[in-house]
Amino acid sequence: MSVRVGLEIHQMLDTREKLFCSCPTSLRRDEPHFRFRRWLRLARSELGELDPAALFEYAKGRSYLYESYIDATCLVEMDEEPPHPLNAEALETALIVCMMLNCKVVDEVHVMRKIVIDGSNTTGFQRTALIGFDGYVEVEGKRVPIATVCLEEDAARKIEERGSEVVYRLDRLGIPLVEIATGPTISSPEEAGAVALKIGQLLRATGRVKRGLGTIRQDLNISVEGGARVEVKGVQELELIPKVVELEVQRQRALLEIRDELRRRGVAREQIEAKPVDVTDVFRDTGSRIAKKALAAGGVALAVKLPGFAGLLGRELQPGRRLGTEMADRARYWAEVGGIFHSDELPGYGISEGEVSEVRKLLGCGELDAFVLVFEERRKAERAVEAVVERAREALDGVPPETRAANPDGTTRFMRPMPGKARMYPETDIRPIRVTAELLERVRMLLPEPPEAKYERFVKVYGLSPELAGKVLRSYRLDLFERIVEATGAPPQLVASTLEDTLVELRREGVPVQNITDEHLFALFDLLAKGGMVKEAIPPVLKLLAEKPELSPAEAVKQLGLTPLSPEEAREAVRRILKRMEGVIRERGEAAFGPAMGAVMRELRGRVDGALLSRIVKEELARVAAGG
Amino acid sequence: MSASGYGELASRLLEGSGASVFDEVELERDDGVVLRGVLLPRPQYGDPDVLVLKLPNGYNVGVDSRRVKSIRRVGRAEPRLGSPPPQPPLEKGLPRVHFVGTGGTIASRIDYVSGAVYPHFTAEDIYSMIPELESVALVTAETLFNIFSEDMTPRHWALLAERVAKVFESEGPSGVVVAHGTDTMGYTAAALAFALRRLPGPVVLVGAQRSSDRPSSDSATNVLAAALTAVKAPFAESVVAMHAGLDDTKFYVHRGVRVRKMHTSRRDAFRSVNAVPLAKVELPSRELTVFAREYIPRSREGVVLENGFDERVALLKFYPGMDPEILDFLVDRGYHGVVIEATGLGHVGERLVPSVRRAVEEGVAVVVASQCIWGRVNLNVYRRGVELLKAGAIPVEDMLPETAFVKLSWVLARTRDLREVARLLLTNVAYEIDKRSEEWYYPPLDYFERFLAGGAQ
Ligand SMILES: [Zn+2]
Repeated sequence: MSVRVGLEIHQMLDTREKLFCSCPTSLRRDEPHFRFRRWLRLARSELGELDPAALFEYAKGRSYLYESYIDATCLVEMDEEPPHPLNAEALETALIVCMMLNCKVVDEVHVMRKIVIDGSNTTGFQRTALIGFDGYVEVEGKRVPIATVCLEEDAARKIEERGSEVVYRLDRLGIPLVEIATGPTISSPEEAGAVALKIGQLLRATGRVKRGLGTIRQDLNISVEGGARVEVKGVQELELIPKVVELEVQRQRALLEIRDELRRRGVAREQIEAKPVDVTDVFRDTGSRIAKKALAAGGVALAVKLPGFAGLLGRELQPGRRLGTEMADRARYWAEVGGIFHSDELPGYGISEGEVSEVRKLLGCGELDAFVLVFEERRKAERAVEAVVERAREALDGVPPETRAANPDGTTRFMRPMPGKARMYPETDIRPIRVTAELLERVRMLLPEPPEAKYERFVKVYGLSPELAGKVLRSYRLDLFERIVEATGAPPQLVASTLEDTLVELRREGVPVQNITDEHLFALFDLLAKGGMVKEAIPPVLKLLAEKPELSPAEAVKQLGLTPLSPEEAREAVRRILKRMEGVIRERGEAAFGPAMGAVMRELRGRVDGALLSRIVKEELARVAAGG
Repeated sequence: MSASGYGELASRLLEGSGASVFDEVELERDDGVVLRGVLLPRPQYGDPDVLVLKLPNGYNVGVDSRRVKSIRRVGRAEPRLGSPPPQPPLEKGLPRVHFVGTGGTIASRIDYVSGAVYPHFTAEDIYSMIPELESVALVTAETLFNIFSEDMTPRHWALLAERVAKVFESEGPSGVVVAHGTDTMGYTAAALAFALRRLPGPVVLVGAQRSSDRPSSDSATNVLAAALTAVKAPFAESVVAMHAGLDDTKFYVHRGVRVRKMHTSRRDAFRSVNAVPLAKVELPSRELTVFAREYIPRSREGVVLENGFDERVALLKFYPGMDPEILDFLVDRGYHGVVIEATGLGHVGERLVPSVRRAVEEGVAVVVASQCIWGRVNLNVYRRGVELLKAGAIPVEDMLPETAFVKLSWVLARTRDLREVARLLLTNVAYEIDKRSEEWYYPPLDYFERFLAGGAQ
């Protein structure tokens, strides 16, 4: 069965200012300074054209609480001041990306407003501009088409939902993003991973994008032959992409099998009716905790028959996810219920055999019929039944086109219906920007070294092993590596292995390495290059910095007692230690090197360069052995 | 330049191909790129020879007509406007509110093909934008002018006052809402306050600081607050209803004679000066709370209109080194009155004093208000003030300079006798003068310090 995948990659740019104002582009962890509350609205005459998801969100009548910072957000993010002209630095980066992806560039950039009414933009629209199109990227000998490259503003961060209010934080709103969309021609899970990796590498090679978790987001469009186009949003880990594709193929295949089975059983659309039966009386003395709680709160038990679905609701689509799970997702979304029960998982969850057969009787279920049960306040329960029935009907067509969200294990869950055609109109507060020949010429000078040339240089000039050079090239710390080597003059080999091996090992040990900042690393290698510490001290110093990020590397070295010894001091210390072992040394001669080195290391580790120390110990041993 | 806004080069290219704006075209650029999309009119700014194309994905892009190898018309795009709104179901017995449009937009429809925004001002469109109104008022609407607020003149004030009086007399609404651009809304509100001497209900001016074509516009909630004021207010004055802060939940109702636009872009740009707001409206509770200790109540007797504004009145801001010839010029040109926005308590440079004296001698009213905005003028404290008084200048207490300008225009249309002008100016007509300066009129200075405590760096 063939699969077609298209990628949409959103990458945050590391500009000094935001896309339409002069605020910084960093995220905040501290408490916001102030909040304000808004509503969004559209004329009712416009609602008809709105996509179903947006309409549904809108119908909830939600208010939005925005959290702001005096020094990180201004009136532009608050939608209290018109946007400033488009950030030239961001446009430059977008043009660089276009050139690296062999795209054609527009002659004039027009900023658009794309209607988004979930509150993630204070304006009710996202500003976005098409910069390049019709490019390609070469991946393992195959040309993957790049459909578009857009420059757009990032949305506000969702903090929480409190009933009918959604809380957003404005620090992220307005950070420039490039959005790269490939054509839908990727034909395997592995290829999807490779293309994402390659585009990620190209982006990082510009040295002008942000690094770290949440700074790059990948959306996937996946369709299996005979299935439908499904959009999977928000894959943050690159490694997860092949898995997500593979599991989506598996899901769509299983749904097609279910469709075929339903057809074999002769199930027709009209038979699946949203006619719930009130079965509250059956559960008056139930042992189910959930049912008891819902009924005590004044809720009802509604059951609906799904003719011909017996055994299919419990069929696994993805690990741990069944058709019943998809129905529950829908019910949660449209009716905001806690969950549903389906007959393939009953009796269970405290619902007894007797209660099940009573429900079956009331619904008139035959052997091949299934049912779904909801315990909820009546209006919500009715909406949940409608959502379940709708999903059951879609099972007759196989795969419903929809937007799904990626779970950390690579499975996906229903997020919202497929968005309708984007509604865009011009952002009249921003003038079109001419892309002149001079601008393109200037941008051409800014193009980064291609990865192949970089690899050559790392191996030949920096002396990295082919393996380490490859690791650095693939790493999101590539840019940091180059900047550190350039700024501090520390040995490239050491910088590379620290960034790519030591930090990874420390993380595996559970050290909170995310607290180590770029500034820490610059200062650390600077200290090292100036002789203020030895390379053996790197792991303990990093560990301490991760635990106490307020320290500087120099302070950490001092606190750990790892101030380096001069060669003379080192020799002095070695002599002192060996003196205690005089007996053994005389007895064993050169064979005493092992224990002697061990004793010396115990005291001097991290304060003297390892190679130097070993030489001193050898020399001193020889001296003692010679009876000096 | 043609009507489409395109320059010569682009126009010639289009003529040659037979394509015109809103046609669907296919073009080839010199680098082999083929683009298909709807040809849009050229925005006013930028290179007029760059074609603007709306691509099927919704994006607009510019294509330099010098780079176009070929262009071909492939069809015609139909405008895609939102469907006209349905007539909403209305509750029986709702109070009536009449909307008068002057050019500010409350409701608009966007053509998603051309990107054009069309203002709409029918009752249906207003209900469509603000469905909450269905349970507040029976709305009727008319468009009186369609101009930018900066193009308003005293003549427009008079036409508007006349129309409002007429509506109250013939249709008997609970209140009238006037949609107005925000830039000069304060002036118009003051003008209505002077001209409409007795009313059965309030005239509520309302506008939007963020245009009504965006989902976050403050238009809808401001209008809702204005309509609630029209229905619920016990007062019958000319007022302005706008956001009270950043939230879409609280709105202040300001006296037209006391309000000033104090910010270029914020929703809460309007402030009462030398006064506290007359009332507030809250959402979603829809409650109206009156702050003022006294107000002009709704009248059961007929409307009294004292209309007419003198257009030969100027508002002059004094600045250091100001040349007295500027004032002389106005007198020579036959102006009837000048409001000087003087410094501090009401001062101008020494060189201006003889010109003031000459103006008064020639029968021109010279009125002194302060460019400090807050506070009261007093010409008795310093020598310069005394000199101005002696020259015949009329200090107008704590009146806003803009209100003084409107009032002078209104007064001069009634009398040119300077003694009578002074008397009328200093007679409190619509709470534009307050003999007492209360502590809470002036906003506290240390507002910013709360953010220091909150942890701002
Ligand atoms: Zn900002």
